[in-house]
Amino acid sequence: MKPAKFDYYRPYSVPEAIEVLSSHPDSKVLAGGQSLIPLMNMRLATPAALVDISRIEGLSGIDTNGGLRLGATTRQSDVLGNAVIQQRWPLITSAVVHVGHPATRARGTFGGSIAHADPAAELSAVMLVLDASFGVQGPAGSRSVSAEGFFLGHYTTELAEDELLVEIKIPDISGWYWGFGEIVRRHGDYALAGVAASLRADEAGLVTDARIALFAVAHRPVRSSAAEARLVGTRLGDPAAADEAGRVALDGVEVADDSFVSATYRREAAASVVKRVVREAATNSRSGTDGQ
Amino acid sequence: MDSRLGSVAVEIIVNGEKRAAVAEPRMLLSDFLRHGLGLTGTHVGCEQGVCGACTVLIDGQPARSCLTFAVQVEGAQVETVEGMAKAGELSDIQQAYRSAHGLQCGFCTPGFLASTQALLQENPDPTDEQIREYLSGNVCRCTGYQGIVAAVRSAADARKASSHGS
Repeated sequence: MKPAKFDYYRPYSVPEAIEVLSSHPDSKVLAGGQSLIPLMNMRLATPAALVDISRIEGLSGIDTNGGLRLGATTRQSDVLGNAVIQQRWPLITSAVVHVGHPATRARGTFGGSIAHADPAAELSAVMLVLDASFGVQGPAGSRSVSAEGFFLGHYTTELAEDELLVEIKIPDISGWYWGFGEIVRRHGDYALAGVAASLRADEAGLVTDARIALFAVAHRPVRSSAAEARLVGTRLGDPAAADEAGRVALDGVEVADDSFVSATYRREAAASVVKRVVREAATNSRSGTDGQ
Repeated sequence: MDSRLGSVAVEIIVNGEKRAAVAEPRMLLSDFLRHGLGLTGTHVGCEQGVCGACTVLIDGQPARSCLTFAVQVEGAQVETVEGMAKAGELSDIQQAYRSAHGLQCGFCTPGFLASTQALLQENPDPTDEQIREYLSGNVCRCTGYQGIVAAVRSAADARKASSHGS
């Protein structure tokens, strides 16, 4: 099918973008378009106006000085190919590999995936376990929103209609262990259940911090506080602790069913991925190579 | 700020030549190429970003032309299958697909050729696994993928041999 009619605006600065978003109710931000355009082709989205932010100078770019700063319109392929990110934030690299295909990653943006807030999106869950924060600009100025407070539900975020996600900030993760895994019918499809994890251990090898995020499970990416609580104080890499974390991971999580799989399947699949990812995390440290 | 309201002239550099046609903002690049410019080598399969048949190169990078509006790429360099053969002679990648039986009906082929071109640009000597991974966004429903992987492999090998020989 073909998209419905819309007016197209191409601002060259963030204030211009916010201005046009504010003055056009029913407008949508267009960056890479790899999630929005399929929805428009199927007429599931029929915005009256699109605001193409892809030519705003300074809105894309990768800065690895200290923490990681990604401009919102940085292409996913540029993140995937960045050697410093591969080395210092391998969890991000491992996740981006699973986001679509080369042809969608070359257009799709990092910020676009986050702002779109598909519950099956890999990057959103990774942002939760890396404790990312998002720089947002709107008519009233700029603010920072934590990843934890950003994702509200299906395709719904903390962003107001006239606000723009401008940057993603991720702290240095030296000393953290990490894991990532998903169950998917074909590589590059939407996950049926997925898990991102980061763990820190003390000198004795006991887990001091655990962050486990589930995606493609609920209506938004969620941390599993039950799994995290079971891991703290256990020995890093202890298979019994990993199994226990998987067993309780879905406690208190409202699991969705859809036309692909039932909630029961999703619950069991997510639990098994938690077990695997937590075990694998013990062998992946920040500067380790990709163990996927 | 630029705006495009209603039908406007859109100019894109296609296969090295400036080309223009009238388009509404909602016109997909795939339709712009086919209907606006008459370049019907770009095929439209699913029109929702799944099959990869419409893959072209935008500024050297592979992209699904059905997930791109023509207005988004105003002024950009777009390469389609029509630009691959030079003076009636197939490109090395096209020739490899032909020789290794990398196509039957040919519907998906323009997309595969674009993805292969991008792959070999990025990684001149990919393993079979890397070839499969890179081409995972292109779907073929008749050849099966053995011939396609063999075609990419033989194009890569031929390039390697000719660069060593020179």
